[in-house]
Amino acid sequence: MIEVKDLYKKFGKNEVLQGIDLSIKDGGIFSILGPNGSGKTTLIKCILGMVLPDGGVISINGESLKNNFKYRNEIDYLPQIANFPGNLKVSELIAMIKDLRAAKTTKDEELIEMFKLQPFLNKKLANLSGGTKQKVNLVLAFMFDSPLVILDEPTNGLDPISHLRLKNLINSEKEKGKTILITSHILSFVEEVSDEIVFLLEGKIYFKGSISELKTKTGQPDFEHAIASILSDSYA
Amino acid sequence: MLKILKYSFYDLMRSRWSYVYFLFYLLLGVVLLFLNNDLSKAVITLMNVIIILVPLIGTIFGVMYYYNSREFTELLLAQPVKRSSIFLGQYFGVATSLSMSLVIGLGLPFIFYGIFNSNAIWDFSLLLVTGAFLTFIFTALAFVIALCNENRIKGFGYAILLWLFMAVIYDGLFLMSLLYFEDYPLDKFSLLATMLNPVDLSRVLILLKLDISALLGYTGAVFQKFFGTDFGLVLSSAMLVIWVAVPTFFIWRIAKRKDF
Repeated sequence: MIEVKDLYKKFGKNEVLQGIDLSIKDGGIFSILGPNGSGKTTLIKCILGMVLPDGGVISINGESLKNNFKYRNEIDYLPQIANFPGNLKVSELIAMIKDLRAAKTTKDEELIEMFKLQPFLNKKLANLSGGTKQKVNLVLAFMFDSPLVILDEPTNGLDPISHLRLKNLINSEKEKGKTILITSHILSFVEEVSDEIVFLLEGKIYFKGSISELKTKTGQPDFEHAIASILSDSYA
Repeated sequence: MLKILKYSFYDLMRSRWSYVYFLFYLLLGVVLLFLNNDLSKAVITLMNVIIILVPLIGTIFGVMYYYNSREFTELLLAQPVKRSSIFLGQYFGVATSLSMSLVIGLGLPFIFYGIFNSNAIWDFSLLLVTGAFLTFIFTALAFVIALCNENRIKGFGYAILLWLFMAVIYDGLFLMSLLYFEDYPLDKFSLLATMLNPVDLSRVLILLKLDISALLGYTGAVFQKFFGTDFGLVLSSAMLVIWVAVPTFFIWRIAKRKDF
């Protein structure tokens, strides 16, 4: 259970988050949507403790995040840009993250098999293509069985078959009762996987609910048009 | 923190630049010793190189490492690791690997030359210790600069400026003020000014150890009287430790409040 209360954050003069109130219950897939610069990544980074909010409280399972780092043991995070130290081999990076988390059970082998990464295990990360790096990124994010999974643009650079595997993976994780937060600009992907969406606009929550509720609210027949109508209304 | 240190260290130990740096010192040591055949002279030449080069490499490497590992740092920040451990671990990783390149690169030729049977062993150890101190000091300063500047070009610029100031401009200002105020007693001033710049401090420490302070004239005598005593040695070592500790504290503090 994630509880966000009255969250404010500005970078210089740019007020990115202007009073976000959000509560996300356990279990299910939640998508955070919004135009570029609406504060999606900032919100996620606040939850992860990478960005320190100017005001407001975030708590996970009733525990405040301030001056706390152990709670991140319960979170798996997929960063937006996959960029790793170039001198390390893939297998070493995986071993290292495992070592840092001190996790007992991991399913990295299963994931390596799923994304067909075996041929790359002994290659240095600097020599991998963008898509392969993203796959490594996915392995790192999913290999710990944490109850909360946060994915920032998970489909970046993936080929269609990996894209499909990712969707299956996300759905199977959801079956286990995990909470999954996703940001993405690919609306078909969002529509397919998410139970509920949160639409951010200019640092505030514009809409929270299911996709069908959004369609009714905007009076549009499909998801893409509903999003487009929000955006054109707000820019008009 | 130790885990981060370990991985940063391994990462650097494998980078080409660590080897280039190591080989440079190895070559320098070999050339100076075996072509010159005079241990004291070799130590003095080495000192001149170390005093200028070590701070430069420390700053550049520190800034470069920080900027290059930014995304990786973000990955670490999402792990259940304390923020301060991440940055202090990286800092100590960089500084340790640079110091090792220096110590091993210079140490090997000297060992083969037979430093252990020579009286110069203490001069030489002092040289390596101050070199290591300078690495730690300037790498820490570089990390502070990099943490404060998102813009790489600016960060690099400030780092180079810092090096230029400490290694070159400071001496110039120091000399000019000595000339300008030559009618006044300057013993205390020059001692203080030397203490406040780690580059100068290291240079004076080594020169005095080499017993060539007579070359420095009157100032040399004053310095010898101060730094030559136990009190002077303790104070100057303490000063070097403070020069490491203060920037390290700032790394800790800035990292704690920074957004990523």
